[in-house]
Amino acid sequence: MIRRTRPVAGAIALLAALTAGIAFPAGAAAGEPTGQDAPKVDLVLDVSGSMRARDIDGQSRMAAAKQAFNEVLDATPEEVQLGIRTLGADYAGDDRKEGCKDTAQLYPVGPLDRTEAKTAVATLVPTGWTPIGPALLRAADDLDGGDGSKRIVLISDGEDTCAPLDPCEVAREIAAKGIGLTIDTLGLVPNAKLSRQLSCIAEATGGTYTSIEHQDELTDRVNELVDRAAEPVVTPVATEGAGSCDKAPVLQSGLYTDREEFGQQRWYRVELLAGQELRASVSVAADRAVRPDYGVLMRAVTVHGREIVRGEATGNGRTDVVSTGLRYPKPELEDDDSGKPAAETVCIGVTTSFSADAGVKTTPGLPLELTVDVVDGPDNASDVASFGLGRGWWLLGALVVTGFLAGLVWGWLSRWRVAVWRTN
Amino acid sequence: MRAVRILSAALLTLGLAAAPAAADSSPSPEASGDNAAGPTRAGTSFRTATEVEQGQTATARASTGDYLYWSFPADAGQRPTVRATVKLPESHAAETWQVDVYDGLRRRQACQYGAQTRTAGAGTTSVELACVLRTVRAWSEPWANDPLPGTYYVRLTALTLSADDLGQPVETELRVESKEIGGAAAVDGSLSEPLVPGIASRPEEDADDDSPSAVLADLEPEDGWTSGWWSDRWVWTAAGGALAALAGVFGYRLTRGPGRPRHVPPGA
Repeated sequence: MIRRTRPVAGAIALLAALTAGIAFPAGAAAGEPTGQDAPKVDLVLDVSGSMRARDIDGQSRMAAAKQAFNEVLDATPEEVQLGIRTLGADYAGDDRKEGCKDTAQLYPVGPLDRTEAKTAVATLVPTGWTPIGPALLRAADDLDGGDGSKRIVLISDGEDTCAPLDPCEVAREIAAKGIGLTIDTLGLVPNAKLSRQLSCIAEATGGTYTSIEHQDELTDRVNELVDRAAEPVVTPVATEGAGSCDKAPVLQSGLYTDREEFGQQRWYRVELLAGQELRASVSVAADRAVRPDYGVLMRAVTVHGREIVRGEATGNGRTDVVSTGLRYPKPELEDDDSGKPAAETVCIGVTTSFSADAGVKTTPGLPLELTVDVVDGPDNASDVASFGLGRGWWLLGALVVTGFLAGLVWGWLSRWRVAVWRTN
Repeated sequence: MRAVRILSAALLTLGLAAAPAAADSSPSPEASGDNAAGPTRAGTSFRTATEVEQGQTATARASTGDYLYWSFPADAGQRPTVRATVKLPESHAAETWQVDVYDGLRRRQACQYGAQTRTAGAGTTSVELACVLRTVRAWSEPWANDPLPGTYYVRLTALTLSADDLGQPVETELRVESKEIGGAAAVDGSLSEPLVPGIASRPEEDADDDSPSAVLADLEPEDGWTSGWWSDRWVWTAAGGALAALAGVFGYRLTRGPGRPRHVPPGA
């Protein structure tokens, strides 16, 4: 028995080494360079006459906003470039045309000088109109340039007074410029109409809407939004899909954005080598009022028009996006005589079934986000079970019975052989 | 008797070797601690989803009408359960809340059990939602929608609400835990890379730079992604083989009788 324990111990050591080696493949990826510009935030504050109302914790809306701004300016992370824009701060008259142009940059977007910014905020006096649309347009210009994340935080206590320019559509147009900008809105003691307008602005750009009743809520929320801007985010690359596969742009692995109008088809192409796997996913955002039944279809098609695989999704109810994805592993070539394997062109087509009521603008198209990953192909299964191994009491029983029967036969055979030997 | 002794030694060896390996392959979600505080914020899109480890409790203050996104890693053999709690403001009209789970390809994943959608009547102070996913498989055909190892997204949102409730403050809590299904769900084949979005376009690792990187999803399961090599099917099959051998010896002794006659020379 002693001679036997050595190989046994060796086997245990070998097994342990094997399992350890397999269990810890690669270390987690740690720090990676972002190569991104500083995140930019523009706070857009409504300084219209209605900000005089004293209904936030007993103080005026303006005083609450000022106090919140002071606290936010203290807590702003170093790397964030913060700017402040006002609307309705200067023109107190009755001329609507003048009042609707009244938006000014109080503090330019750039490295933050806290004292200077606070002094500027302290001078504000509730004055004029509420030109939300024009203010958003100018704020988007303030943030232009650089590839860091960009965020507008709009704080208002009244709906836009400068129709027919719908701030909702302004927000959509800003988003359609493809500069990766998010608008978050905060309503001070809002009524239902203001809530609807501000939430429409937020949803048009993938932002959030919050209604504010208390001063600490305002501080917390603005702080959170500024902090969120500081988080590194992957910025997608703008691309433009074509109406058919042969004119479609060729995409590498990465994250892309595009716009797709109602009823439109968008095609992209990906080059795939044998033995590689294509992973693609798409999400189409409903950035305007759409009917509550919708869907998206993503198809991988060969250049000859044969469908390889599709991903589809449908949904109903309120939604921000509808998304789906697909996976296409291209098998290894059986005979590799041709030398270098030629890449196959896979066409990816995206269609949606969003619909909108008459009167809803259909341009710009719905924002579409596309991820493409080309990785090595999977190890395909030759059997359903792992390595064809079995499991469970039935397997054990079958093996035991088979072994027992084999033993019986073997024993009977060997007894028969002895009997034959004896008779001879 | 010698054969029996050898066999039992072999069985023991197998058991010894298998036990630590089996313990390795099934990390318990509780290992990271029940009270592990998770992130206190939620993302607002797939791209900005906040990453949560399994077993962590993620919290977020949000507004009614927000679309809240989290993501978590799930590995082969796990059956994740997503639980979300929403604390509603004191006064509100009836609201329907829903939790949706998407896989790394943003495909919606079905819930086996759990109240995925719930309507909170006026005045209800909280809603509890749950979704028990299917068991994550190591491999599936490309045409199937089976859950695969990789990143999973959770979206929490109010599905229907009245305009008056838009933007009202709510507090949300999310917790993901998994049940280890083990060898019963072990399948042949494996993916070359888990279904983590952006895995093919990650920037190269740079040891000098420790600034937080911008990647779509970064978290891995506690012990890394499994290779798919190990399952308890090895133990079952090996134990079955050993038992079959024992049964064979027993059967042999039954028919062969007690040993060979003393005068028979070995090798006959």
